[in-house]
Amino acid sequence: MKLPSKTNREKQRRITRRALMLGGVQMAFIGVLSWRMRQLQVKQSSQYRLLAEENRINIRLIPPERGLIFDRGGVALAANQPNYRVVIVREQAGDPARVLADLARLIDLPEETRQDILDTMERHSAFVSVPVAEHLDWQDFARISANAPALPGINTEVGLDRIYPQAEAYSHIVGYVGPVSDTDLARYENPDPVLKIPDFRVGKTGIERKLEDLLRGSAGTSRIEVNSAGRVMRELGRSEGRNGADLQLTVGDDLQKYAQYRLQGESAAAVVMDVQSGDLHAMASTPGFDPNLFIYGISSKDWNALRDNPYRPLADKTISGVYPPGSTFKMVVALTALEEGVIEPDEFINCPGYYDLGNRRFHCWRRGGHGRVDLSNSLKQSCDVYYYEISQRVGIEKIATMARRLGLGEVPSLPLPAMAAGLVPTKQYKQDKFQQPWFIGDTLNSAIGQGFVLASPLQLAVLSARIASGRMVEPRLIRRVNGVPQPLERPPRIGLSDTQLDHVRFGMFRVGNERRGTAYASRIAEESMRMAGKTGTSQVRQITAAERAAGVTKNEDLPWERRDHALFVGFAPYDNPIFSISVVVEHGGSGSHTAAPIARDIMLRALYGTQPPLSAYPAEIRSKMRLQQEQEPAPAPITPTPVEDRA
Amino acid sequence: MTILDPTLNQPPHGWRKVLHVNWALVLLITAVASFGFLMLYSVAGGSYDPWASKQMERFAAGMVIMFVVGFTPIGFWKAVTPLVYLGGLALLVGVYLFGHTGMGAQRWINLGFIMLQPSEVMKIAVVMVLAQYYDWLDPAKVSRPLWVFVPLMLMAVPFALVIIQPDLGTSLLILLSGAVVMFLAGVSLWYFGAALFSGVALVTAVFLSRGTSWQLIKDYQFRRIDTFLNPELDPLGAGYHIMQSKIALGSGGVSGRGFMQGTQSRLNFLPEKQTDFIFTTLAEEFGYVGSTILLVLYALIIIFCIASILKNRDRYGALLTGGIAATFFFFFAVNMAMVMGLAPVVGVPLPLVSYGGSAMLVLLGAFGLIQSAHIHRPRGIVN
Repeated sequence: MKLPSKTNREKQRRITRRALMLGGVQMAFIGVLSWRMRQLQVKQSSQYRLLAEENRINIRLIPPERGLIFDRGGVALAANQPNYRVVIVREQAGDPARVLADLARLIDLPEETRQDILDTMERHSAFVSVPVAEHLDWQDFARISANAPALPGINTEVGLDRIYPQAEAYSHIVGYVGPVSDTDLARYENPDPVLKIPDFRVGKTGIERKLEDLLRGSAGTSRIEVNSAGRVMRELGRSEGRNGADLQLTVGDDLQKYAQYRLQGESAAAVVMDVQSGDLHAMASTPGFDPNLFIYGISSKDWNALRDNPYRPLADKTISGVYPPGSTFKMVVALTALEEGVIEPDEFINCPGYYDLGNRRFHCWRRGGHGRVDLSNSLKQSCDVYYYEISQRVGIEKIATMARRLGLGEVPSLPLPAMAAGLVPTKQYKQDKFQQPWFIGDTLNSAIGQGFVLASPLQLAVLSARIASGRMVEPRLIRRVNGVPQPLERPPRIGLSDTQLDHVRFGMFRVGNERRGTAYASRIAEESMRMAGKTGTSQVRQITAAERAAGVTKNEDLPWERRDHALFVGFAPYDNPIFSISVVVEHGGSGSHTAAPIARDIMLRALYGTQPPLSAYPAEIRSKMRLQQEQEPAPAPITPTPVEDRA
Repeated sequence: MTILDPTLNQPPHGWRKVLHVNWALVLLITAVASFGFLMLYSVAGGSYDPWASKQMERFAAGMVIMFVVGFTPIGFWKAVTPLVYLGGLALLVGVYLFGHTGMGAQRWINLGFIMLQPSEVMKIAVVMVLAQYYDWLDPAKVSRPLWVFVPLMLMAVPFALVIIQPDLGTSLLILLSGAVVMFLAGVSLWYFGAALFSGVALVTAVFLSRGTSWQLIKDYQFRRIDTFLNPELDPLGAGYHIMQSKIALGSGGVSGRGFMQGTQSRLNFLPEKQTDFIFTTLAEEFGYVGSTILLVLYALIIIFCIASILKNRDRYGALLTGGIAATFFFFFAVNMAMVMGLAPVVGVPLPLVSYGGSAMLVLLGAFGLIQSAHIHRPRGIVN
């Protein structure tokens, strides 16, 4: 009351009026609520009471059938098999504990399992079906069905389970399904109610995960009327769901299995790709694992064995493994230099075995040097000094641009999770990452695919496919969806002239088909199928000056994890390329000894489509190859299922 | 002036305050809360555990808080208003930094003895600070743009802190409660008209944008709106709650199915039956008669608060009472509209009835402020 009373009264008047207005509005809204209450509870009451009491309507979800996955030849990679099982619905059971006890007299159902089921029921709504027993044999199933009237709330169902008939061979590509976890639910803004059905399965890795929405389809619903005892009176309506789409992959025709077999025992990856269409015919990564282990939740023993294996069986090395590409990167540098015109193909550079940059000496892998080498010879013999020289002339930025054009340094577009981008270094990259300027020495290291450069086996296969075809080929994994072929467009040209590409292709040809080529020992003898390629041996350790002086330690004398990675990339036939290939053997020693023979065998298998005749191999190794072919396990007889439209 | 002690002509002191408590309001609050105990007993299947007994204890504690706050002079509360507001902001920041995440949102802070939801406190604090602001401001200036801007800022800061939790419902309630205080303080109706108009324009724009390249909200948000408008579209997803809740209400009929006889809540058809959807149990078991009685009790609480404002010449006390009453109104109005299918499903409890400790204590504390304003209002003949 510090203000004069006149002003005070003025204030008082206004708040009075506004307070009455506010009260009026509030009362009006209460009036609306009251009107609505009358409408629901008096006018429409009988209708709602009907819904609530006399006809309790249950809505059941009809889970969709998950789409199948086939390989290129129509062999099932992921299939559904019937699962005879019984479920219990709490609201129909009356006394679930008693019903379960009765059921235990018909089938084997230990006390603890029954308790688990009761606990699960408590966690779910009353109308949800909770699984009691799965994978029953036909006899048990029939016995329960016959006794159904005495077991209220117990329903028999035929569900579908996922199986992976090819087990290990496709484990990384196809992936596996598993129970829905909270993390899975969190991935969706608005999870499909079907995910909340107990024991529903969703894709966890591979295509199963990445194309989950396509494979899952959508649930149908069935509205059924039940009487007060819970007996189903009739079905009132039904909305059909949509089954998941069937997928046909580009991999297969037995090549995948052979590649997986050929890499056995190593921690390795191989990719075979069609150089025109980009179809991936094989994506092998060893060791594999059995995806069937995961469907019902893997045992901790199996899980620990997979997790602790130093060869990392769970990782798909073709897409998530990144390696220094080593000498396989030299094509990138050669193409950059040709395009920029800093070198002529027939220009000679002298290799004394080392290259001095300031006071630092960079060594060629061959201590004695290669003498005078031109472009194709530099590839054939994998001369490092040649690339030290031309990389300096052209600079890292141009090399990086070319590497990206050839498919390195970015995530390939495939429907697979956990794909690595690899790394194509630039000056900016080093500044951002290490706060250090780029040195010329870094360019030299990059030129031979060491230092910062990283690439995945898939990227290396794309690289060599682009060199072989001269086009911007993109890898492709899905061939058909529900029987409908996926469109293929002829990719645009890469922007390099055929003359430029031919110089590099010729160098790659010499690698495998001329004496002193680094892969000459692994050549293909059959004229029409000769392979062009490039070996790579990438260091995973630093060789010190002291070690170099004392003689570099041989790979065989090093512990496994410090040995060099062995790489090979290539394409064949040289005259008319069909496939490109990349092989990476982790800590495999040298590219020419370890990776090149594997690449030759897989490539021959791809070209012939079956076991190649011995005449495809050079004469001096035919007896050895005969032995190798005889040891190969006979392919299991498989009947391809025709891929037709199920939708 | 009260029939208990009609002779007083200045604010009471000491024990005499007891006679000047707004006893009608106390009785109404107790009556509403008793409805809550009854329903919590019923949804637990005829048991004091786990909800009814705890709720009674909290109600008792809340009543003690209400009387302590009520007997404290309103001048004290006016003086500490800035501290309450800043303290509330500090708690909100604290939640942002150290809060507990529950149900996908960060709302709770652990004070050791109680899990507190600072946004609850903030709703009251915003009303207090705006009341104090308009008490201080010369009424002739209230509609000038600059002086309208200041309270908007006072609301914007807590609004922003609550909306990032994220809690859209509570942040909108903060805005609405603040808007009510501004309305009571006499801010020109043109401002409210403009705000309403731009709100309607925004909603229209959102709907018109659907399916176009400049779509303003996400597809799933549109689907939620669709579900609200037509719950039968999605009877198993979000529409399930609205459908089941309407079935419960409707099947109650005029006289209800009888105490503890509701099948909908008994059979677990209803979600959150002890908190947000408790009104459906009441409506099912006590019918149109029971739900109307509860609605009338709520209406009476509002009417008694408005009556208290009309009697109060202290601008701070009147604005505070009006703001708190409006907050209370928004709570039950939005909750009831939601279960009746008039508003989308948002997590707002039914005040004094729904199970929940933090909300109950804060609400009764706020009613304590209304009591304090009522007890200590200026008396006597002016002029």
